[in-house]
Amino acid sequence: MRSDHQKLGFYLLIAPLLLWLVLLILLPHLGLFIVSISEKVGVREYETGFGNYAAFFSEPLYWRTFARTAIMSILATALTLILGFPIAYYIAKLTRGRTKTTLFMMCLIPFWVSELVRTFGWMILLRETGVFSQTLQYLGLTAGPIEFLYNDAAIMVGLVYTSILFMIVPLVTTLDSLDDSLVEAGYDLGGNGYSILREIVIPHAMPGIVSGCIVVFMLSLGNYLTPILLGGKDSLWFTGMIYSQFITRFNWELGSAFGFLLLALSSAVVFIGLKLSRQSLSETMGR
Amino acid sequence: MNTPDLECRDLVKDFDDFRAVDHVSFDVPQGSFFSILGPSGCGKTTLLRMIAGFQEPSAGDLLIKGRSMVGVPPNKRPVSMVFQHLALFPTMNIGDNVGFGLRQRGVGRSEIKDRMEQVLARVGLPGVSGRRVDQLSGGQKQRVAIARCMVLEPDVLLLDEPLGALDLKLREHMKIELKSLQAEFNTTFVYITHDQSEALVMSDNIAVMNHGRFEQIGSPHDVYYNPATAFVAGFVGEANRFEGRVVEASDGILSVETTGGARLRVTVPENGLASGQRVQVYLRPEAIALSKSAPAADPNANDGQGIVESVLFNGANSMVILRDATSGATLSVTLPQTGAFAGLSKGDTVFTRWTADQARSYPLAEA
Repeated sequence: MRSDHQKLGFYLLIAPLLLWLVLLILLPHLGLFIVSISEKVGVREYETGFGNYAAFFSEPLYWRTFARTAIMSILATALTLILGFPIAYYIAKLTRGRTKTTLFMMCLIPFWVSELVRTFGWMILLRETGVFSQTLQYLGLTAGPIEFLYNDAAIMVGLVYTSILFMIVPLVTTLDSLDDSLVEAGYDLGGNGYSILREIVIPHAMPGIVSGCIVVFMLSLGNYLTPILLGGKDSLWFTGMIYSQFITRFNWELGSAFGFLLLALSSAVVFIGLKLSRQSLSETMGR
Repeated sequence: MNTPDLECRDLVKDFDDFRAVDHVSFDVPQGSFFSILGPSGCGKTTLLRMIAGFQEPSAGDLLIKGRSMVGVPPNKRPVSMVFQHLALFPTMNIGDNVGFGLRQRGVGRSEIKDRMEQVLARVGLPGVSGRRVDQLSGGQKQRVAIARCMVLEPDVLLLDEPLGALDLKLREHMKIELKSLQAEFNTTFVYITHDQSEALVMSDNIAVMNHGRFEQIGSPHDVYYNPATAFVAGFVGEANRFEGRVVEASDGILSVETTGGARLRVTVPENGLASGQRVQVYLRPEAIALSKSAPAADPNANDGQGIVESVLFNGANSMVILRDATSGATLSVTLPQTGAFAGLSKGDTVFTRWTADQARSYPLAEA
C-alpha cells in the first residue's frame, strides 16, 4: 500500500519531464527524421531514401551556407568570449556589494526587451540614414552617407550582442569561486599578469568558459532574426534556408534533412570543443 | 654585524578611517624564527601583507637583506608566503604547484623536475608530485605549501596562521615539524598567529602586537615571564588580574589594596609606582602554591584561604577556581599534578600562597 503511494508520487513527479521530453523533443524529431528520409517521387507518392541529404551535398549553395553559418558562429563565440571575459572578471573580482549587483543588472537590462526590438535598435544605429552615418557626416569625416548594415560585420555585432549575457553569467559564477589568495599566491611566487591568467585563472574558469561557449554557439547557430535583419538578403544563414524550404518552397522533406544536418553540426562542434578543452559535459553543465 | 634579513623602520599603514599598523620597527636576523602574536584585528595580517608586497606602507621603510622593498611588487621580492588556507592551485598536481615559481623564473624543465623532487623529499614527501591536491591530507598539504615556497630559496618565508585549519593533534605535531623544517632550511621565518602556544613553542623571538603597535619584542621566555605591558601579561598565558591602589611602597615591595579589600604584597616594577596610584596586578595560576593546612607564617608571602568554586579538569592543565575567603575575588590556580589534590571538590577549603616577586603590576589609567 505504502509502496504504491510512493510509486504514484514518483510517476506524478516525473510526468512533466517525461511529457516534455517525449512530446516536445522526441516525437517531433522522430517525425522530422521520417519526413527527411522520404523522397517525393510523384504527387502524394514517397519513397524511403537519403535523397534529401544527397541534395544538400550536391548543391554548393546549401553546404556553403552551412559551412559559413558554422564558421561565423564559431567566430561569434570566440569574440563573445574575448569581450565577455574581461567584463566577467571585472564584475566577479574587482567589484563587490552594490556595484557588483548594479553592473550585473546593467548586463541584464537589455534582455528585458524582445530580441526583435533590440535588433531594430541596431538597425537604427547602423543604417544608411542612421545615427552612426549621420554623426560621421556631421563631423565631416565622410562626404556621403555610409551603409553599415547588410554585411557580415553587422551580423557579427548582432550575434555577439544577443548572446554576450549567456557568456557573462557562467563566467561570473566560476570566477566568483576563484579564491583571491590563489591569485596572490601566483604573484608571490613570481608570476606576472599573463602567466597567472594562463596558469591559474583560465584553468579555474574552464568549466564556465566551456558552458558559456556551448550556449553562445548554439544560440548563434540557431539564430534566425539577427542574420536575416542585419545581414539583409545577401547574407545567407542556414536557419533562413530551413525556413525557406518549409515555408516558401513547401519542401518539408529537404527542410527536415537540413534540420537534422544542423543538429549533427552543433553536436559535432560541441563534442570537438569539449575534447579540445578536456572538459566533460556533465562537469561543465552540472555546476 | 650582519645585516638582518628583514628590517622594518617606523612602518605605518593607514586605511580610510583607521591606522592598522602604527610605527612598527623591528629586525629579524638571518635564520631565526620570528613570530608576531596578537588578537584578531590587531594589524598583524596587514603587516605581513606589507612585507609580502600586497600592500604598500603609508610611511616608513622595509628592508630585506638591506635593500628597500618600498615600491617593489610582490613578484619581484625575495620573500614567499604560506597563505592561511595554503592557496595550493587545485587545477595543478603537486609537482606543478611546487614547480610554479621556478617556471615563472624560466628555469629549464629538467632542472625544475630535479629541484621539485629534491624539495619534496626534504619536507618528507618524496614521490607525491603526480598526485592531485585533494588527494593529500591536511598536514601533507601544509608541507607542500612550504615546499612550494622553499624551492625558490627565499630570503624570508612568511607564514599567515597556516595551522589554523588543522585539528588539535595535527596542530601540535605540525608545530614541532615547522620548527624542525625551519632549522633544516635555515631560512628566516616570519610567522603570524593569534595562538600563543604556537608562538611560544616555535619562535626565537616573539613580537606581541595590539592595536597596530608592538607591545613587546622578546624571547618566548621573556614575553612569558617578564611581560612589558599589562596587555602582554593578560594576552600571553593565563593570569589572574586584580585591580587596586598602592597604599605603601618601601624596600622594593608594594603594598596594594585591591578593590575587594585584600592586601597584596608585590615587587615594585622597573618603572616604579608611587603610593596612591591605581594599579593592576597580574598573577599566573601556576605561581600559586596550594596546601590543605595553613602554612607557617612568612612576612614576604601573600597568604590566603579560599573555597573551591569549581574544578576544571583538563588533564595536565587542570585548574581550580577559588573564591577568596576575605576579599570574595575569584582566583584560578593550576592544580598540582602530584595527586595530593586529586580528591578536591566544590566547597573544600584550601590555603594559597604566592611570593611578591611572582606577580607583575602595571599602572592603571584613572577611571
